[in-house]
Amino acid sequence: MEPLKIEPTHKTPKVYFAPQENVFELSGRSIPEDSVGFYKHILDWIDDYGKSPNSLTEFNFELEYFNTSSSKNILELLKKLEGIHESGHNVKIYWYYDEDDEDMEETGEDYKALLSVPLELKMKVY
Amino acid sequence: MTYSYYKNMQQNNIIFVYQGEVTADLVSSILHMMENKLDGDGEDKKIKKKVFNVMVECLQNVYHHLDSADTTPGDGEINDRTALLMIGKEASDYYVITGNHIYNDRINNLKDRLDKVNKCDKDELKALYQAILNDGELSEKGTAGLGMIDIARKSGQKLGYDFHPVNDQYSFFSLEAKISRN
Repeated sequence: MEPLKIEPTHKTPKVYFAPQENVFELSGRSIPEDSVGFYKHILDWIDDYGKSPNSLTEFNFELEYFNTSSSKNILELLKKLEGIHESGHNVKIYWYYDEDDEDMEETGEDYKALLSVPLELKMKVY
Repeated sequence: MTYSYYKNMQQNNIIFVYQGEVTADLVSSILHMMENKLDGDGEDKKIKKKVFNVMVECLQNVYHHLDSADTTPGDGEINDRTALLMIGKEASDYYVITGNHIYNDRINNLKDRLDKVNKCDKDELKALYQAILNDGELSEKGTAGLGMIDIARKSGQKLGYDFHPVNDQYSFFSLEAKISRN
């Protein structure tokens, strides 16, 4: 399957989904006005990936900022990963936050509370 | 004239003010500029992140509102695609203020939502956020009804608001979010 790689901008995150390398990363900032437009492509890609996923998918979220418009789409993405997990494939999600960023930590907790897929909060220390 | 504007802004600790039409590009430019200013002022990283987050939500909230408003050209007095955007910095707080016209028949609904958010403590806001995140439908633009809750959570303070009657059709709605610098 073709990887999905999108370069980051001031308003949209870096997307690096590479099944061959077994690397899945969404990082940076996600504050577009039209989050639905941006995430549609990403969600479609995950749907395709879910048809024949790797035996273990480790998915890294390393976000600096995101707006509430993106938060719904990120939940959709997480739910699709949960679906892959429920269909019998291993999925682990890592949610990174800066040590002084309690808001990003709390958001990770919010998602964890809403999902059954393993989600681990990881503090980045500088 | 110019001097009185200057003195007024200075006395009210206003570091940024904009009045006019709000486009996506404008919002991006303001965010970019303010982020540079926060960096340049050497603001604490934690405070900077909170201020930036609140600015994003407040400004995009106005943008989405104006973008969706079924605008009928007014009587020349009101152009309801324009808004007021203000950012202030006091010794103890940053504040982000937005102002825009809304139809009078939308006031009650908005006021109820704001009062509900303002009544919540930290844990209640968290629960409310999770409930809406999980159940709420996404509008066409991706707005999720989470904006006000998110602003209240991140600012850690009650939201200030006002509805100023303009005429029998419109009022001017202003929203004020404060972020403590301590």
